[in-house]
Amino acid sequence: MSENTFNLDGSPVPFEPGQTVLQAALAADRYIPHLCYHPEFKPHGSCKVCTVKVGGRTAASCTFPAQAGLIIESNTEEMNALRRTLVQMLFAEGNHFCPSCEKSGNCLLQALGYDLGVTTAGFRHMFPDRPVDASHPDLWIDFNRCILCELCVRASCEVDGKCVFALSGRGITKNLVVNSPSGLLGDTDISPDDKAAHVCPVGAILPKRVGFAVPIGERRFDLSPISAQALADAPRSQTPAQPCSSCEGSE
Amino acid sequence: MTELATNLRRVAIDPLSRVEGHGKVTLLLDENNHVTQARLHIVEFRGFEKFVQGRPYWEIPVMVQRLCGICPVSHHLAACKAMDQVVGVDHLTPTAEKLRRLMHYGQILQSHALHFFHLSSPDLLFGFGSDVAKRNIVGIATEYPEIARQGVLLRKYGQEVIRHTAGKRIHGTGAVPGGVNKNLNQAERDALLADIYQIIAWCRDAVAMARRLFEQDPELYNDFGRFEANTLNLIRADGAMDLYHGGLRARDRDGKTLFDHENYDHYWDHIYEDVKSWSYMKFPFLRQIGPEDGWYRVGPLTRVTQCDFIPTPLADVERRAFMAYDSGRAAGATLGTHWARMIEMLHSAEAIKELLHDSDLLGDDLVMHGEHRERGVGVLEAPRGTLIHHYRVDENDLVVRANLIVSTTHNNQAMNEAIRAVARQYLDGRELTEGLLNHIEVAIRAFDPCLSCATHALGKMPLTLNLIDAEGREIDRLARDGSGECSAGECC
Repeated sequence: MSENTFNLDGSPVPFEPGQTVLQAALAADRYIPHLCYHPEFKPHGSCKVCTVKVGGRTAASCTFPAQAGLIIESNTEEMNALRRTLVQMLFAEGNHFCPSCEKSGNCLLQALGYDLGVTTAGFRHMFPDRPVDASHPDLWIDFNRCILCELCVRASCEVDGKCVFALSGRGITKNLVVNSPSGLLGDTDISPDDKAAHVCPVGAILPKRVGFAVPIGERRFDLSPISAQALADAPRSQTPAQPCSSCEGSE
Repeated sequence: MTELATNLRRVAIDPLSRVEGHGKVTLLLDENNHVTQARLHIVEFRGFEKFVQGRPYWEIPVMVQRLCGICPVSHHLAACKAMDQVVGVDHLTPTAEKLRRLMHYGQILQSHALHFFHLSSPDLLFGFGSDVAKRNIVGIATEYPEIARQGVLLRKYGQEVIRHTAGKRIHGTGAVPGGVNKNLNQAERDALLADIYQIIAWCRDAVAMARRLFEQDPELYNDFGRFEANTLNLIRADGAMDLYHGGLRARDRDGKTLFDHENYDHYWDHIYEDVKSWSYMKFPFLRQIGPEDGWYRVGPLTRVTQCDFIPTPLADVERRAFMAYDSGRAAGATLGTHWARMIEMLHSAEAIKELLHDSDLLGDDLVMHGEHRERGVGVLEAPRGTLIHHYRVDENDLVVRANLIVSTTHNNQAMNEAIRAVARQYLDGRELTEGLLNHIEVAIRAFDPCLSCATHALGKMPLTLNLIDAEGREIDRLARDGSGECSAGECC
């Protein structure tokens, strides 16, 4: 094994210094299931779907720095079973009613569920009853579908420079909130052109008046599974993200 | 609710909620043991009108089609017609209008085939009181294999039409507010065209088979569950049958026109809904007549007999033969619904053929846009009858109110009348018999109500029959479970 390689499921994977295990794997055409990771944003490690076993201990591969000589297990029945459980929990925590969701066929959570072979609910559904926020003229939020990945939070701060979104609460009560005096999206300066308006991996933040315009069979994951598309999209740019001025010093 | 000696109360919830597909019928007798009233209790509670509230309007056409797995296209298109109005579109592009019609005719074809061949033919071909073990589609496949095969392939063809227009055979997404999301490509059109002439031929055979049933036993077929009813249906401006769009036409029991070509946008000027304590289903009535006698019948029998003509040649020939048969007796018979249903199936096949030869289906102009409106009403003729979807949408694009009057609801009291007529014919004294239960089942099935298609597995509709005397006491009960086993209930 050369100096800058680690072992993933028995095969060497080269990496560049600064890459995480997930970034290096994807760049080397090796798929590790993931959900909250987005190549344009700093790795976050919130959903844990990309968890792998490193030297016998579990770690989120999107945040774990690639190091020479690591022995990593990913595509094993044990790890995939854990991932299925995580995805089942995400489905059970929200109201992911795929049949009438505009995101169906383009949804990362749904695609991941199919790819991992999730065939049952696994847990009792919690059926949250969170009213939708349709106060904005061009965008709407269905909080029942939010998986707390914080991609919208990060996009709004790091790319749009507006910090429209944040997470509030802790544990099971953690939820997405809108940063306006009324708490409504219509009272923010978010624009449909903003990065935050397009980054949601599920059907939580969507443009208004668009529903099922793309026929069944032509939607993103109708064409190829999420595992194939993740590899087709890699390698990705590693442009460091810049925090927005309104967030600086807030933590 | 009953007071017990221990001051505990027993609370009986009847009808049971979410007991999917179990029919319950109560017969009320007068002092002379004559059946005065029949009540078909619809015990399935769906609640769609409530839980679409707060959802964005563009989700609704896809959401509400989950009401049913047999006729989802009807709900999909009725909701989309309503949402066309919400997005300010009064006229679709020719491509969109014709694709929706194609989808709709595919739906009518497959649903009518399912009902006639899979659900009703066992009763009609083996006899109403025949062995329940044989009276099912498997029995038909054994004794009449060619009929069973044609039934399966007719339904398959209708499902293929739906798949090519909506993306999936069941619960697709073809129609969107203001239009459709896809056209028909050349390969899809050619695939459907390849079989359509065989389909039309089989539909003609099916009409002939329905006619033969009347010819073999005219007394039974003409008089079984017969009753006179007011009627309601959609009609094209020139009086032609139009299952996708038109104005409302209503006639009273004597055939006098109550209103004609009425714009359905204000259907409530003509139709109100009553509620009864013993059913989840509402009781619509024609306001002009009133809640007591204003109930009406919708569906194939009404549509075929009330249109001035059918705009496809083969079906119109059959319509005229049906209307003339036995001096018009069949056209008013409850079991004439089956014959009318097959005429509509033939019409749908012919309409599909005409559409497939129309190059507009291959066009690219799919969606129209307009100014937002707060209300939308969509009405069409679903396989089982007139279907009304009515929504109010707020300034934020969310649905705040919904009212759905589905075909089975329109037929609510009409089904009760058919049951009453059958009970009067076949109830002997104060004892319920399996023969009576079988005949009531046949009368209900003529209307093809939702509970039938939801539960009618292999011809064994779970059904409970209660007999109530003039004092309100239950004097007999008979129940049949899903396996076809009958048992007398504990009563008296």
